[in-house]
Amino acid sequence: MKTIYLDNNATTQVDPAVFEAMKPYFTELYGNPSSMHRFGGQVGVKLKEARASVANLLGCSPEEIIFTSCGSESDNTAIRSALSARPERRHIITTAVEHPAILSLCKYLEKKDGYEVTYLGTDERGRLDIEEYKAALRPDTAIVSIMWANNETGNIHPIEEMAKIAKEHDVFFHTDAVQAVGKVDIDLSRVPVDMLSLSGHKLHAPKGVGALFVRKRLPFRPFLIGGHQERSRRAGTENTTGIIALGKACELAREHMAEENTEVKRLRDKLEKGLLESIPDTKLNGDPEHRLPNTSNISFGYVEGEAILLMIDQVGIAASSGSACTSGSLEPSHVLRAMGVPFTFAHGSIRFSLSRFNTEEEIDFVIETLPPIIENLRKLSPFSAEKQAPACTKSFSE
Amino acid sequence: MWEYTDKVKDHFLNPRNVGTLEDADGVGEVGSLACGDALTLYIKVDEDGKISDAKFQTFGCASAIASSSALTEMLIGKTVEEAEKITNKDIAEYLGGLPREKMHCSVMGQEALEQAIKNMRGEAPSKMEHSHEGELICECFGVFDEEILHAIKENDLKTVEDVTNFTKAGGGCGKCIPDLERLLAEAHGEGVCPTPSSKPAFPAQGMTNIQRMHLIESVIDNDVRPKLQADGGNIELVDIDRDAVVVRFLGMCSGCPSSQATLKNLVETALRAKVDPALTVREG
Ligand code: FES
Repeated sequence: MKTIYLDNNATTQVDPAVFEAMKPYFTELYGNPSSMHRFGGQVGVKLKEARASVANLLGCSPEEIIFTSCGSESDNTAIRSALSARPERRHIITTAVEHPAILSLCKYLEKKDGYEVTYLGTDERGRLDIEEYKAALRPDTAIVSIMWANNETGNIHPIEEMAKIAKEHDVFFHTDAVQAVGKVDIDLSRVPVDMLSLSGHKLHAPKGVGALFVRKRLPFRPFLIGGHQERSRRAGTENTTGIIALGKACELAREHMAEENTEVKRLRDKLEKGLLESIPDTKLNGDPEHRLPNTSNISFGYVEGEAILLMIDQVGIAASSGSACTSGSLEPSHVLRAMGVPFTFAHGSIRFSLSRFNTEEEIDFVIETLPPIIENLRKLSPFSAEKQAPACTKSFSE
Repeated sequence: MWEYTDKVKDHFLNPRNVGTLEDADGVGEVGSLACGDALTLYIKVDEDGKISDAKFQTFGCASAIASSSALTEMLIGKTVEEAEKITNKDIAEYLGGLPREKMHCSVMGQEALEQAIKNMRGEAPSKMEHSHEGELICECFGVFDEEILHAIKENDLKTVEDVTNFTKAGGGCGKCIPDLERLLAEAHGEGVCPTPSSKPAFPAQGMTNIQRMHLIESVIDNDVRPKLQADGGNIELVDIDRDAVVVRFLGMCSGCPSSQATLKNLVETALRAKVDPALTVREG
């Protein structure tokens, strides 16, 4: 059975051209880029090219790129660096809808190290409020960390405006752009963010490689201490094959950016329209306008997300559920909760995330296959639009 | 993705006995839309006291649907007395096991069954969102202490994580976790309220000077130093003069602008909490 892969915000297929580019560096060209001999030196040259390619995609200079192992490492490095650069500042601003790489770290810093954290809320479409943000900034704010685009809804946040405001207040600004890089145009010569995280496997490079942009002259404290790799800003022998792959993936992302915003978006819109129109009691989660071109988060009322996922898995469709049951926690997604999505819908939300490798036939198949599956599950359910049991005892908002 | 047995998959994909029974003798309704799973169970009992038919409607994940389907299969043909003995463990076993995190689905089945039998006997209305008996412990999932204690005893639960897997309590904001710990201790017969007089006012009370010094050293070694080392710093104990503890910062901590804050917020707080509230700490 062919898999129709619609879970590209979780991870992406390695582009065959990326795979080709990295292959020789496993077998023939396995030198250590830090070595003095030519055999290692030629790998060093490739790393330099990769760095330039990442910088090129972001509109920054190559010296501003630090290679890391993943988005989470980049996020952790950024925040910890900012805190230790200005130890007298004890306040952090982030949002309630960040990735766990930021949220769990902030919770940890609150609990273990006594930092104060402001978690900005969202409206029902997942949009941030600039006034709330401005009011949260304080003289002792060490860093603001706000994601460029949300992984579950695809919402794109007003990073340029928010970074400018942080700058006016002399506060460091970091953005987790893991979902945005390669899908939206990012030009760091224009947008004054101080640090930006990205991850290779979200843009058709393999897992295990990421990067952190650190603006020139920003005070920086390394997270990994050891050798002198990455100009002493991140110790550890470089994941050379991963970095070379990331470089190639960034080059391809630039080439495909227009396609991402036309063809991928067209297919996403077709899928969304097809499902919302043919299945009753469905709802789009997120901001219909300012959204990643590949992401669609849809709630199917009165059915539970995991049940939908397993049913569609039977016919070869891979997507993701914002429902609690798949994640190991029992509550619905923290992003949907923060947006105040009603329970009737929150438990039955499915995220479809496309890539340039999806085809029209695949989308047609999903539009055709999903309605009877939802109908069958609804037949099993004691709830429906007409017959709703009263909610249990509480509201989930913390 | 969860590891489900073939039997769970089969009952999820081909659920048996789905629907309602218009002339049911007993109906049990548990869970809710907000909690993420809910089950309505219908039973029909013949003159011999045997369950002749059972049907269900479930809102929930694959294991919730499979557990409900399995339960109806187990019920049909049994007498009410036999049915009463079915536990959540039996439901899980019938399915060849459930992931531990999903055991609450089998508990929901058992609760619905109890409720349907009570309803049949005229002892309770059909609708019951968990057993609303005793004190509300978990606000997120509306779970009461009776249900938690019952699950602990029935399934020999040992940890808070177990309790969450079986009842959902504690799976949300986490506010109720201290209460779950208390209930676990209670259920395992551990005294929950130590006699106040037996507890010293502070840990170092009644210790000799040497013992007190050792305690201070061990708090610095175990509670303080690892935190400073994580940031590239360190600390050394210089002297203990009655209630005054003198330390020196090393590495990244020495000359760090926030060392005074670290001294008060980290070192002094730890020593006061773990040794003696009268202690003060200064750099020397
Ligand atoms: S009150 Fe129990 S998890 Fe929130």
